[in-house]
Amino acid sequence: MTTMQEFEFPLMDGTLDGMTHLVSERAIEGDTVLLNMGPQHPSTHGVLRLLLELDGETVITCIPDVGFLHTGVEKNMEAKTYIKAEVMSDRLDYLNNLGNNLVYCLAIEKLTGLDVPVRAQAIRVILVELQRISSHLVWLGTHALDLAAMSVFLYCFREREIILDIFEMVSGQRMMTTYIRPGGLWRDVPDEFEQAVRQFLEAFPERIDQYESLLTKNPLFLQRTKGLGVMTQEDALRWGVTGPMLRASGLAHDLRIAQPYSGYEQYDFDIPTHTDGDTYARYVVRMEEMRQSIKIVQQALDKLPYGPVRSNNRKYVPPPRSELSTSMEAVIHHFKLWTEGFTPPKGSVYVGVESPRGELGVYLESDGGPKPYRIHWRTPSFMNLQTLPMLAKGNLVADLVALIGTADIVLGDVDR
Amino acid sequence: MAGIIGEILRGLSTTLHMAATKPVTIQYPEVKRPVRPRFKGRHHLMRYDNGMEKCIGCSLCSAACPADAIFVEAAENTDEERYSPGERYARVYEINMLRCIFCGYCEDACPTEAIVLGDNYELSFTDRRSSIYAKEMLLVPVDEGGKPTPQKVEPGIYTRSIPVMQDPKD
Ligand code: SF4
Ligand code: SF4
Repeated sequence: MTTMQEFEFPLMDGTLDGMTHLVSERAIEGDTVLLNMGPQHPSTHGVLRLLLELDGETVITCIPDVGFLHTGVEKNMEAKTYIKAEVMSDRLDYLNNLGNNLVYCLAIEKLTGLDVPVRAQAIRVILVELQRISSHLVWLGTHALDLAAMSVFLYCFREREIILDIFEMVSGQRMMTTYIRPGGLWRDVPDEFEQAVRQFLEAFPERIDQYESLLTKNPLFLQRTKGLGVMTQEDALRWGVTGPMLRASGLAHDLRIAQPYSGYEQYDFDIPTHTDGDTYARYVVRMEEMRQSIKIVQQALDKLPYGPVRSNNRKYVPPPRSELSTSMEAVIHHFKLWTEGFTPPKGSVYVGVESPRGELGVYLESDGGPKPYRIHWRTPSFMNLQTLPMLAKGNLVADLVALIGTADIVLGDVDR
Repeated sequence: MAGIIGEILRGLSTTLHMAATKPVTIQYPEVKRPVRPRFKGRHHLMRYDNGMEKCIGCSLCSAACPADAIFVEAAENTDEERYSPGERYARVYEINMLRCIFCGYCEDACPTEAIVLGDNYELSFTDRRSSIYAKEMLLVPVDEGGKPTPQKVEPGIYTRSIPVMQDPKD
């Protein structure tokens, strides 16, 4: 531990001057202690550095220092054609790969007016909801692990494995799927898909009960989470917080209902909310969300329509392989799309979807060329992480671990 | 107090119950998890039944690759020395496995189903140079009944570069 005077700031220009407004007066006098938490710290859920000003064990200020995982994805995407850039969307929020694919494709589809067959839409919904469950499982496992509940972590990863196996079944990849493509899907789902999903749906509600038997009424868990990090609805809105964090503060805002996409309006489900706005409320909301996701997947699977899964618009979607040997046009389209790519009309669009963490948005600007002129990601983790200093103030260092967990940040999503 | 103990016992009963179930883990590397048919692993360059290479050296895979992992250099076929149907074949074909992200775009783009992603996910090497898989490593062995390339053939048989293909199912 170092006092303020001897502390070297890798932030800004290396001097204290740029920082004095961030810490309290007492830090400058050497009264309180500055401590680095991370970037190499298991409970920061990635490479997040927190600069803590501590009075004993109490957090006076907490300054998140983000950017350790900055990969320049947005800029990189601008250097690739639309279709090649898609593989990078998988790598932003690596717990929500299909959701990222979806929002990126929705943006392109909005820009180009591309149609998506109904079967593709329903499969998209099924996969994205499964992805939501798997993301919440990682959140639950690691959050519980941070609060010293080891077995929940093991159980969550056991179930997540089933979902990842389904993803491997449909796309050939467990995580970096690139399965949802502009105008539909990569390929139709294989025959064993429906049965695999049904098996999962059957077994999973009981598994949620198991997790809950370990946590929901556990006095140790309650003590660590109840009343911790209370966020009022007003604060949540002011900080641009979305997703389960906002809903745990009492506002039933969910883009799946507010601005339905991919046919979400056909499905009947509830938006779980809670009024307490504390860490426990966020736990309750996310647990209920998993149950609602099951409900959506069930409905989508029951009325899964038959038909094509890719648009027939040859200006944007490569032709099927069987046409290559018979049709010259198909060969030309195929070569053109895989080399130069497609050229959407000039314009700019914004599309937002409800990711497991909140509103995930893509802003896409096209200059009429084959590459995006500008692409910007509105990532929920970044917005939600901003509230950490506010929530951490006055709490103990040990509670900070719970607060990072409850924000459910993914650093790939924060830093991009 | 009784409630607290009751809740802890409830949790314990869950973990005890789990301890009695069969483990879901497998002992890798002794036991290997079978992969799904669509799995995207190490690439193969395919051949026709007669041993002729499918790759026509069109470089479309290389153009489609988002990671710029593929390098292709084509050369002319002759009927004296024929490697593949059509005019050209890949004289040099290299994939840099350190760059490859296993997205499968190359397989999608290939007009002859020459490059295919296989099942092997155990790619490790000790230096960067060996991360470049050359054509000899990628090309599958000749099937029984086929002849190795280059083949000497009658003129005028192999004029078509793009074969008749089905839509992929798996
Ligand atoms: S799998 Fe993707 S990254 Fe790898 S060589 Fe093929 S196109 Fe390139
Ligand atoms: S593998 Fe396919 S796409 Fe690549 S050069 Fe050969 S024929 Fe062309």
